[in-house]
Amino acid sequence: MSKLSLSAFTRIKNNMQTELIIAGSGGQGVLFAGTLLAQAAVEENKETTWFPSYGAEIRGGTANSTVVVSDEEIGSPVVNSFSALIALNEQSLDKFLPKAKPGAVIIVNSSLVNKKVDRSDVKAYYVPASEIADKQINDIRAANLVALGAYLKASGILKLSSAKQACDILFAERAKLIPLNQQALELGYNSCRQG
Amino acid sequence: MKKTLMKGNIALCEGAIAAGCKAYFGYPITPQNEVPAHMSKRMPELGLVFLQAESEVAAINMVLGASATGVRVMTSSSSPGVSLKQEGISYLVGCELPAVIVNVQRGGPGLGNISGSQADYFQATKGGGHGDYRMIVLAPSSVQDMYDHTMLAFDLADKYRTPVMLLADGVVGQMMEPLMLNKYIPAATGDRSWVLDGARGREPRSVKSLLMAEGALERHNLELRKKFDLIEANETRIETKNTDDAEIIIVAFGISARVAYSTMRALRAAGKKIGVARPVTLWPFPQKTISELAKPGRKFLVAEMNMGQMVEDVRLAVNGKCPVEFYGRPGGGLVNQEEMIERINKM
Repeated sequence: MSKLSLSAFTRIKNNMQTELIIAGSGGQGVLFAGTLLAQAAVEENKETTWFPSYGAEIRGGTANSTVVVSDEEIGSPVVNSFSALIALNEQSLDKFLPKAKPGAVIIVNSSLVNKKVDRSDVKAYYVPASEIADKQINDIRAANLVALGAYLKASGILKLSSAKQACDILFAERAKLIPLNQQALELGYNSCRQG
Repeated sequence: MKKTLMKGNIALCEGAIAAGCKAYFGYPITPQNEVPAHMSKRMPELGLVFLQAESEVAAINMVLGASATGVRVMTSSSSPGVSLKQEGISYLVGCELPAVIVNVQRGGPGLGNISGSQADYFQATKGGGHGDYRMIVLAPSSVQDMYDHTMLAFDLADKYRTPVMLLADGVVGQMMEPLMLNKYIPAATGDRSWVLDGARGREPRSVKSLLMAEGALERHNLELRKKFDLIEANETRIETKNTDDAEIIIVAFGISARVAYSTMRALRAAGKKIGVARPVTLWPFPQKTISELAKPGRKFLVAEMNMGQMVEDVRLAVNGKCPVEFYGRPGGGLVNQEEMIERINKM
């Protein structure tokens, strides 16, 4: 059987689906941010999968979640290379940047990451997510959604309004948290600039 | 109806509850801990039984006891824990008791690790416990399947008075994706004349697997065989896609079948004639369909997250009519699309 080159294959895949990894330290809300994105995809009737990091994860250790969003049926929810990365801390950037595909969107939490993205074939955005969460909404725990908001703007993958709807669903039993989380998404969305 | 975003492990719980599961007995082990965690909340809310046993052995025997009283009952575990349940599974078959047993497989042998695996195929389909028995094994490959197959498992268990295993894996268990929470449609109630529900006003009944009388055990085994033959005739399930013109058919179950499908779509888009055959029941194995697919000029690739288990059943079904090749990743590894494409390019 004749060969299909891997690069040709990657091009086919890029047109159909997005693979995002959200990585940080345990407690930064990387699993939840992924869940919110997956729920936003459901709001837009897209196919989506969410998969949590594996290993004996503890608060302060590394954690990540992988979200795939597609217009078509999704194969494995576990992927080896990503078309997007949200790095909430420096370790995560070091670990996952090499696995980013050319053209990938990289959101860097510049409050905690002091270095620049050292690849010219990806699109890097620096967002002081922890500072924005801490200073503008008085809750540093919302840095995950600030970064997610920035990703929504940078990628255009899903609407901000869908992510806000996802907040309504996921916080249905703790409704008082909805405005804060929606604000975090919006602040991130509006602060996103490439550079 | 809108789809709901849910984890595979939670979906199987909701499927069980929808199907009328009255009791759950389990013992924690990753990667299926969401099952006892969710059941510990949901079952008491509904006035049903949740019990964390002192061990997997205790849990499976509690399942046996509850089943003898005629209620729908489930246990779940992951590979090392399911090894411990094997004696009880053999007893359930011997006693002809329905039950649903979930194995969210992890890597082995031994404690292995907590990542998904498909290395318990032999254990599930070839009789992990002692004695000459068969067990219905369903292989879910999506969160939707985790929900639907659990409901089906309860129906099949009741219909044939035999345990049914849901052979999932850590990936399908841990992943979230949207599913339709389809309404459960109750199946016809089978024969209930064996249920131990109190002998007042009727002759006592007994449920046992010890048959010491002259000829009793062999007669029992022959009766069981008739039942297994009936299950093979009626309940074999397989999904096929694009097999008509396929030059290569990928045979895969569970999580590996998803990778097979996405590989097929990518290669079809590039003009390659690839099909997929996905056994939904691993026992009864879809021998007949695979055998019919084995036509001259065609090749098979069996993909599994183990060192080659279902491939043996595929080779038996193909019976030398076509080449059967293998792509596998053992415990600790996951099959992936890039490797599957490379493997197909080499065929």
